[in-house]
Amino acid sequence: MRDARGDIKRPIGLRLWLSGGWLTLLALAAIFAPLIAPQDPLAQDLFTSRLPPFWDAKAEAGYLLGSDSLGRDVLSRIVYGARLALIVALVAGTLTCLVGGTLGLIAGYYRGWPDRIISRFVDIWMAFPPVLFAILLIAVLGPGLISIIIAIVVIDWTRFARVIRAEAMSQGVMDYVASAQVAGRGRFGTMITEILPNVLPTMVALLTLEMGIAVIVEAILSFVNLSISTDSPTWGGMISEGRTSVHQAWWVLVFPLITLFLTVLSFSQLGEGLKDRFDPVLR
Amino acid sequence: MKPYLSIRNLCVTLKHGAPILRSVSLDVSAGQVHGLVGESGAGKSMIGKAVLGTLPRALHIRSGEIWLDGVDLLTLPLQERRKRIGATAALIPQDPLTALNPSRRIGPQITKRLVDILGWHKNAAEDRALDLLAEVHIPDPARVMRSYPHELSGGMRQRILIASAFAAEPKLIIADEPTTALDVTVQKQILRLIADMQARHGTALLFVTHDLGVVSKVCDTLSVLYAGKVVEDARMQRFFMRPVHPYSAALLAATPTYTNPTGSLKPVPATVIEDVETEVQQHDMRAGL
Amino acid sequence: MMYQVKDLRLSFPDMVHKRLFGAAPRIEVLKGIGFDLPKGAVLGIVGGSGSGKSTLGRAMLRLLEPDSGQILFDGHDITHRSEDDLRGMRRRFQMIFQDPMSSLNPRRRVGGIIAGPLRLHGFDDTAAKAAEALDMVGLPRRFAERFPHELSGGQRQRVGIARAIALRPDFILADEIVSGLDVSSQAQVLNLLEDLVKELGLTLGFISHDLSVIRRLCDRILVLHHGEIVEDSQTAALFDAPKADYTRELLDAIPLPDPHQPWF
Ligand SMILES: Nc1ncnc2c1ncn2[C@@H]1O[C@H](COP(=O)(O)OP(=O)(O)OP(=O)(O)O)[C@@H](O)[C@H]1O
Ligand SMILES: Nc1ncnc2c1ncn2[C@@H]1O[C@H](COP(=O)(O)OP(=O)(O)OP(=O)(O)O)[C@@H](O)[C@H]1O
Ligand SMILES: [Mg+2]
Ligand SMILES: [Mg+2]
Repeated sequence: MRDARGDIKRPIGLRLWLSGGWLTLLALAAIFAPLIAPQDPLAQDLFTSRLPPFWDAKAEAGYLLGSDSLGRDVLSRIVYGARLALIVALVAGTLTCLVGGTLGLIAGYYRGWPDRIISRFVDIWMAFPPVLFAILLIAVLGPGLISIIIAIVVIDWTRFARVIRAEAMSQGVMDYVASAQVAGRGRFGTMITEILPNVLPTMVALLTLEMGIAVIVEAILSFVNLSISTDSPTWGGMISEGRTSVHQAWWVLVFPLITLFLTVLSFSQLGEGLKDRFDPVLR
Repeated sequence: MKPYLSIRNLCVTLKHGAPILRSVSLDVSAGQVHGLVGESGAGKSMIGKAVLGTLPRALHIRSGEIWLDGVDLLTLPLQERRKRIGATAALIPQDPLTALNPSRRIGPQITKRLVDILGWHKNAAEDRALDLLAEVHIPDPARVMRSYPHELSGGMRQRILIASAFAAEPKLIIADEPTTALDVTVQKQILRLIADMQARHGTALLFVTHDLGVVSKVCDTLSVLYAGKVVEDARMQRFFMRPVHPYSAALLAATPTYTNPTGSLKPVPATVIEDVETEVQQHDMRAGL
Repeated sequence: MMYQVKDLRLSFPDMVHKRLFGAAPRIEVLKGIGFDLPKGAVLGIVGGSGSGKSTLGRAMLRLLEPDSGQILFDGHDITHRSEDDLRGMRRRFQMIFQDPMSSLNPRRRVGGIIAGPLRLHGFDDTAAKAAEALDMVGLPRRFAERFPHELSGGQRQRVGIARAIALRPDFILADEIVSGLDVSSQAQVLNLLEDLVKELGLTLGFISHDLSVIRRLCDRILVLHHGEIVEDSQTAALFDAPKADYTRELLDAIPLPDPHQPWF
């Protein structure tokens, strides 16, 4: 094997293309759900209950991935479920990143008393067990989209804060920061123009990871029925329902599970892929 | 005797084809020091990186052979190649500060290789690191072990990298301008130390430098590089007495000496540059680049 | 006078020997440094590794605040001036750092790295000025598109030089800037600095361990040893009759490009 000579190309793009492709597909499906979904995701029809997926002889046209025990189309419910999953991922991920990233950046770059205050705060915050925290929060706020998002932000901002703080600190001692000072750039300007671009790759990696986590958290909360009201379909809710009838209609459980798995995997791979593709230092 | 490291006709290019190294061949024997001098940007660091398999992604090896201890590294699968290099070769990198992790203390960074790759016990590795730091004349090694890189002077950082390169007693060391940040007295001590260790362990040393004064003190043989092409390959004594290539001669003539402050340190004459450039172009034509 | 430095002392907290409670003990790095630097002069600073040369440079640029003593820049006392007050005069004194890679932002292109400070100080036509600066240090203009990691060590060092001279400062502190260059590029950079000194009246502080370069470039030389000035002489005097033992040690250790020099 002559692997160091000649044109070996690392499959740099593959990861990005696969994960990005899946997420784009999902996003499009979510946006155009009313156009794409073959059935009304909420329409119950006992005559079409527990229809198997399309390759089975007993399958019926219009129910590509089968239907659940109430006769609702699984594919349509997955497509509509994607709406909620992606909204939670985007909004919760971005908010977490903004809150935690900003605090981490300030603590790591300014050091001194801002750092002492923020770090102490993070420590105290992290002393609470997160799941208990979330359940408590939702109990107080009542279930709903907003509460899920708040719960995720409230629990996960500390991870951003800690990682970004460490990163900003190690960038802060580099001479290019001193160079900016010599050039007469102010503290805040230096943070934005010099430090931020250098912690950005870490931030993006954390952000996509966080989006994956948000999808899981949303699914878990729906699974334990703490999420959105039952009339909008959620993957977690579908999994929870599918579990009860797995022996009669496995597809009700398996398809949302696969979708969930692929989505979470894609989010985690997207970060690495983006870094490979866009970080100038690695190019 | 067969050279420990032998590079044959190594061609390295950018992805879109622009050549960086042009049919480079050079040999480093065990127990010998081979100097590598030449223009800034000529590709000296890239030779080292090609051997260690750490070329930047934008560059790739187009053709050539790199024999290390009788094996052509380029024919080995990547994993095997890494393992072989990790166990036998070490690098003293050109950029001390960026080679060190800014957020970790010095101690663990030196002992890491000993513990992780060679399976030393942590305490033994630490003792060895302390000894080495003392040997490279770092004052208060215990304090330095617990400092962060930015708390040290440029020369201290460089000596730390020298110490950690020697830590595992490698068979091959690629030293990329290892004494640029050292004052002459410390440089002298370090070079003596390197010579000592080399004699003791029979290390093969590829020594990249711009300082012909240093070359004349430590090297046995040397190559002169211009634009990725070896223009002269010589034994050290011969090189200083009768440089063959006009570029080498110009380099030697331009080298400043403190005893002769006015006569030297001038750019290499344009005519000489023109000649080497033509030579380089001819090579590219022949190689079909 | 460009710089007047009086009895400058500077120390760092020794975090390694810090006890759990109470302040950390301090490591004295500069122990009473004093010298005057007239306008248009070239001052060489030599000394052992870890003797405090870079620290002195950083203090002169007010990247570090001295414990005591005084630094006058062009008659202004900048010893304890706040960063906000200094900003207005920052263009006038520049530093070229010892470690080229770490002094360049890894995620900005060379063109931006050089043009950034220019833009900050209200120069117009910054891209053209950046390109000129690249010319002056002997780098091709197309390097403006590159990232620092796409350059060789010596090329990076010259980007740092270009960034400093592009601002047309009154004073430059050059920390070990030619040791990573081949002699031909060294000559080019030194000629450039000499021209700036002669034609534009630049004042230069030149830290280097290469005494041949120092001899060629500098009018006067400070020899630092363990944070103190052990010798402060005119260049010719230092090489002809070194006063301090340490200076003599340094001179003896210079490797000449001659295989017959008895050295080891
Ligand atoms: N990623 C890259 N993309 C494009 N060109 C590159 C890249 N990396 C290195 N080069 C070019 O390759 C050439 C060789 O670089 P190398 O670092 O080997 O030089 P060098 O001989 O070590 O010089 P120096 O003495 O200045 O360190 C340089 O001209 C450099 O600009
Ligand atoms: N931020 C810091 N914290 C603690 N100690 C420091 C710090 N910066 C420098 N020092 C110490 O100050 C001393 C002088 O360092 P400095 O960088 O000024 O040396 P130098 O003369 O430039 O040496 P070199 O020629 O090796 O670069 C060193 O012992 C170093 O450990
Ligand atoms: Mg190099
Ligand atoms: Mg220094």
